[in-house]
Amino acid sequence: MKNRGWSLETAAMVLPAVLFLIVVFIYPFIYALKMSFTIGDEGTVTFANYIRFFQDSVEMKTVWNTLVISVPVTILTIVLAVPIAYYMRNGIRHEKLVTFFLMIPMTLGVVLIAEGMITYFGRNGWLMLILERLGFIHERTGLIHNYWGVVISLFIQSFPMGLTILIGYTRGIHPSLERASRMLGATKSQTFWKVIFPLMMPGILIAFCLNFTSAFSVFTSAIMLGQATSTTRVMAYSAYITAYEYFDYNFSSTICIMMVIIQFILIGIVFALRNKLYKGASSVGKG
Amino acid sequence: MKVFNQLIMKDMCKSFGNLHVLKDFNLTINRGEFVTFLGPSGCGKSTALNCISGLLNITSGVIQVDDEVLDNGGKVFVSPEKRGFGIIFQNYALFPHMTVFDNIAFSLSVAHRPKDEIQKKVSEVIRMVHLEGQENKFPSQLSGGQQQRVAIARSVVMEPRLLLLDEPLSNLDTKLRTEMRYELKQIHNQLERASIYVTHDQSEALALSDKIVIMKLGKVQQIGTPKQVFLFPANRFVADFMGYKNIWNAKIIAVEETDGIRKIQVESYGISFVVHSTIGENKIVEEALLGSFQKGTDVLLASRPDDISAGIGQFNNMTAIVEGTEYLGTSMQVTGMVRDGMPIQARIEPETLVAAKGTISLTIPPDKLIVLPKVEEE
Ligand SMILES: Nc1ncnc2c1ncn2[C@@H]1O[C@H](COP(=O)(O)OP(=O)(O)O)[C@@H](O)[C@H]1O
Ligand SMILES: [Mg+2]
Repeated sequence: MKNRGWSLETAAMVLPAVLFLIVVFIYPFIYALKMSFTIGDEGTVTFANYIRFFQDSVEMKTVWNTLVISVPVTILTIVLAVPIAYYMRNGIRHEKLVTFFLMIPMTLGVVLIAEGMITYFGRNGWLMLILERLGFIHERTGLIHNYWGVVISLFIQSFPMGLTILIGYTRGIHPSLERASRMLGATKSQTFWKVIFPLMMPGILIAFCLNFTSAFSVFTSAIMLGQATSTTRVMAYSAYITAYEYFDYNFSSTICIMMVIIQFILIGIVFALRNKLYKGASSVGKG
Repeated sequence: MKVFNQLIMKDMCKSFGNLHVLKDFNLTINRGEFVTFLGPSGCGKSTALNCISGLLNITSGVIQVDDEVLDNGGKVFVSPEKRGFGIIFQNYALFPHMTVFDNIAFSLSVAHRPKDEIQKKVSEVIRMVHLEGQENKFPSQLSGGQQQRVAIARSVVMEPRLLLLDEPLSNLDTKLRTEMRYELKQIHNQLERASIYVTHDQSEALALSDKIVIMKLGKVQQIGTPKQVFLFPANRFVADFMGYKNIWNAKIIAVEETDGIRKIQVESYGISFVVHSTIGENKIVEEALLGSFQKGTDVLLASRPDDISAGIGQFNNMTAIVEGTEYLGTSMQVTGMVRDGMPIQARIEPETLVAAKGTISLTIPPDKLIVLPKVEEE
């Protein structure tokens, strides 16, 4: 094929996408970046917002809260989705039905899940009433409006997505690889760790990134199912109240930029770990 | 692993639900033999191979190596990694995330063999399959032929007591296929172990095998040496597969046995034919026909296009109306009609003058005609 270079048509085809990116992502990001380095309407460049961010114990606690919610949810999702995706690789019975039920949380949306959980697990929810009626508990406490409420609801939202991505990857691994491995004397577990898992790795990384970024920007669940002012005060909530209750748009922008930076750092760590693991695995037995 | 003397399959059956893919499969493979499963696509060749490998459980019957039962369709089942068989798949199934070296070393490293032993053995087989210098490449960086060699090396390095090959050459181009076919046979001879080779290609089977197993719809049709199945097909299906393109309905007129030669006179579409065969040479068909070598029995009369020539001979002369000709270089393919419902294909001297829609005299030597049972095989 001939390389036609940049023609007018190519440019015309790409333009809408570029414009879209600029309007939706790049401009807001640069605008927020600029805001985060200024105070009030003065317009002079300053690090004051960032210094304040790192010195403010509430904000530091918020960063911690957000990580303590999002990292375990993401890890739990991956740890459960990998074996299930592996199990489902050659199809299972009633697969359409199972997939349908798995996908429901994705379509329901955050608010509906939160309301459902309040109905079930709240202080006046069915679970507590039943437990009290059966005499297992004397005082109804409720399992939500705390850390666990947020974690559970986030898990319900992120698991189907992680699983869907990973099933796609396991199905992409040709079944003959597994058979070849068995025939070469590998046990089932050796086959999983030496053949299947490394080949699932790209999918695991993608699922991790997508689930982590969505869990890290948790907002609705933290308010509806947690204690947004204390134990589940997360960065998105913090940015929100800073902007719309204290009307400090500049500091709110700083929080948003910090969210982006922290996400990048975590994803960076995960990729670095992967590279290390991968190198270790593939150098075995080489002369 | 210890070399075996015999791999025995007794009444092996395999069903997927209601689909009976293998029916009463009986076969014995001796030490050092190269056995081919030959048959059209979908006849159950891969299924048979996978049952032997342990990748599938059999439904009933027995598979055993000498007196060690591998699978009896019930309680006894030796899992594939414990059978010590090597397999080469049609798509090679190389591990894409491992280098050539690591692919080949896989069986040794999962068995936790010492590093210097792995190094030594892998280098040996790399030399054997001519892959020197490719050790650190990934499968995606290799040509089809090289990938095939890696697949062979990877199976051979574990010194399997049986090598299973599932259409290993079908992804290669014709020239490479012939070369690799030769090399595969060399490797088989070096290993001095048994091999089972699956193919739908008649010429591959003839070139490679000590023993050919011809299958149709999950049933063994004939087992024999290349020469036996080629010269003495047991039934219409095998005959057709082996290139007996002319198969006509016929009736036995007379049978006479003299000097170890059986002379059968048959009639087909009103034409009288003479068939000569050496007694005892074609036991399978003889047994099937034992009751049928009698006057009046309906049989099939078969011949191969290559054995028919233009002109008039001592026996078996016909006149055919020519429908088409194809010049093939070393011969000329003539398609014609001897009688209504009695088409003929012949490969004659390429220089013969043949007029389209004209007539041609054709003749078949008596020892090139075969008689087959008429019963419809399953
Ligand atoms: N896992 C399976 N489940 C159901 N049917 C199968 C399965 N594997 C093979 N078959 C069927 O068994 C028959 C034989 O298949 P196979 O052994 O692959 O044929 P071949 O290798 O001779 O082309 C085919 O009709 C195929 O559809
Ligand atoms: Mg097959």
